[in-house]
Amino acid sequence: MEFGLSQEQTLLQDQLSRFLGGNGALERTRRFAAEHQARAPDVLAGLAEIGATGLIIPEDHGGVGLGLLDAALVCEVLGRHVTPAPFVGSSVIAPLALMRGGDAGQRGLWLPRLAAGSVTFGVALSEATGARENAGVEARDGKLYGRSLFVIDFEADVYLIADRSYQLHLVAADAPGLTRVRLPTIDVTRPTGELMFDGVEAEPLAGGADPAALIRGLIDAGRVMYAADTLGAAQAMIDQAVAYARTREQFGRSIATFQAVKHMCAEMAAALEPCRALVWYAGHALESLPDEASVTACHAKAHVSEVGTRVAKTATEVHGGMGFTDLVGLHYWFKRIGFNRQMLGGPQAVREDAARLQSLVA
Amino acid sequence: MNLSYGQEHEAFRREVVAFLQDHREAGARPGRAAALEWQKLLIERGYAGRTIPKAYGGYGAEPDILKSRIIAEEFARAQVSTGLGGQGISMLIPTLLEVASEEQKREFIGPTLRGDVVWCQGYSEPGAGSDLANLRTKAELDGDEWVVNGQKIWTSTAHLADWIFCLVRTEPHAPKHQGISFLLFSMKTPGIEIRPLIDMTGGHSFNEVFFTDVRVPAGQIVGRRGEGWKVANAILRHERGSLADPNTMLSRLNGMKALMNTETIDGRRLIDDAVFRDRLMKIEGEVMAMRCNDLRMLSAAVNGHDANLAGMIVKLQTTELRHALEGLAIDAMGEMGLVYGEGAPHLRDNGTWQWNYMFYLGLIIGGGTSQIQKNIIAERGLGMPREPKLATA
Repeated sequence: MEFGLSQEQTLLQDQLSRFLGGNGALERTRRFAAEHQARAPDVLAGLAEIGATGLIIPEDHGGVGLGLLDAALVCEVLGRHVTPAPFVGSSVIAPLALMRGGDAGQRGLWLPRLAAGSVTFGVALSEATGARENAGVEARDGKLYGRSLFVIDFEADVYLIADRSYQLHLVAADAPGLTRVRLPTIDVTRPTGELMFDGVEAEPLAGGADPAALIRGLIDAGRVMYAADTLGAAQAMIDQAVAYARTREQFGRSIATFQAVKHMCAEMAAALEPCRALVWYAGHALESLPDEASVTACHAKAHVSEVGTRVAKTATEVHGGMGFTDLVGLHYWFKRIGFNRQMLGGPQAVREDAARLQSLVA
Repeated sequence: MNLSYGQEHEAFRREVVAFLQDHREAGARPGRAAALEWQKLLIERGYAGRTIPKAYGGYGAEPDILKSRIIAEEFARAQVSTGLGGQGISMLIPTLLEVASEEQKREFIGPTLRGDVVWCQGYSEPGAGSDLANLRTKAELDGDEWVVNGQKIWTSTAHLADWIFCLVRTEPHAPKHQGISFLLFSMKTPGIEIRPLIDMTGGHSFNEVFFTDVRVPAGQIVGRRGEGWKVANAILRHERGSLADPNTMLSRLNGMKALMNTETIDGRRLIDDAVFRDRLMKIEGEVMAMRCNDLRMLSAAVNGHDANLAGMIVKLQTTELRHALEGLAIDAMGEMGLVYGEGAPHLRDNGTWQWNYMFYLGLIIGGGTSQIQKNIIAERGLGMPREPKLATA
């Protein structure tokens, strides 16, 4: 019996962390934000070299052939370093959709390119987890009409679109009739946007998978990935808060000696530590415990988001006035956690989903 | 990741299940004599005192965390008693095994395990709660006897106990942690007075215990003079560990789901109320996180790793969570949640929600308060500095 990370998994996280940390981490993110960059090709190239872009893609399609728990561990590291790179959409949901729902031609065409990082996918699933402004996409005679909001990994070459009947489609970013509108959000590290379809040529995923089950699996995976990203971001905030408290002096002593401050840090750590095990379990369940996977994914998303939000607030407070400034840059993590919380369903929506899955909703 | 316990252990699980099927009635018989009989059978079969050496009255199995866990899981599932508990068995025996003399082990472990000797724990004092090492009850050597004077408080089951394991100050001039010794003595010794301390649930489990010239044979000390703090800390570790029981938490959660499925307001089930459903799911997520954390600790123990922070946070998180969980059930009942007392009309689930709601507030405080837990997490878990000591006059 072993519930924990393997040596390979720890090495993967270390390797990724070395690359992202060594690449200037916060400085790279600041530059991305200041220059209003849409893509960070250097970061993406590094991720491809490490194998992160092809992590879950089978080896015969040029990937590494690892699982969704491994992908969650990558998300954790990306969150820790507030990395400005596509991943949840382009390297998890999209390849998973192709692997489970694409036909041989679609898999053979796209998976190797995704693995190599030479193509990125955006993912339009928001309407399947709760449509805002009555957004939604309809397919008629092979063409798409309507609009989709909050597209994940928006700066992409190809989009994966869920229509109102949960059928999935592939659309080229330069397809005639497609209008792309970038949506600035609080989180500059992960560009998002809106897609408007006016009779856009689309190619349905043609592998014959049950659309409802397929999309359920994609949403579950996406939710666990966001939970893992928050886990990493929140841990980074705790680490920074503890480090800051140790060096900051007031009343002639380090503020880390004050119980008021210590208890804030202890509460954050006590709440976040079980989230680590929850993310591992939820990541493992996605592929190995099919009966539990969906409910566990909901709870991982909701609970880790709640804890993450609390950590984001408390860690900022521990920094005092400096926490509020751009100088320290803590707000990048704060906003990343906020982004993860709302995407693919906020805590209340996701908990209602968990209740529905357990037949607790009349 | 490998969540399977493995073939050998699943075979062991089948043995436990078969035992429970054959003997569950014996485990449910009321009365003290039946409980002692049941304990005897459990020891014989290795379901109690499992890893205690045969020479001291145990079953003598090699320690195997998964087997112990399987026993706990299957007995809980069958709702059959795992035998006698109490501070003698859960806390004193493990400590004696670690630090007592051979003679003491032979004298005390067997009778304690069989239930022939019931123990209470004499630690806390009016002036020594969170700062336990500040205890003042003193013992002075007079010939070949210790003479004990002072007062203990929060002494669980003192009124039922045959013996006490007790921290006393024997070296008044030594630094406070080095002046304490660990004594064992009979509660029938002259000079002991017990006063009940009724708690907020209405129950009587705690007591105040007063010692006036209580004479204890000099040999009834565990460890050497002044080493009592080390002995006591070994026990506290056992106490903190024993509080975590994710299976109980899950069964309470399922109980609450059942409650919300039947309890109504204006003819509508509580589970159909979006606000209550959300609160239920929120608690379910928190319970799930703690169960996963427990799995992580179990795995660490099985594979010989230290659980570190994952272990340090358990007392704080589980007691607070249980209190919140029981409180949600009371909110779901509304005015019905106010009804309390044996046999009261309209009482739900025997009043266990109200009782646990109050009892867990006690556990938040007892065994190291939540605030002390946060100090431990911050200092030992996060490496934050201790508060500077006040200059003493």
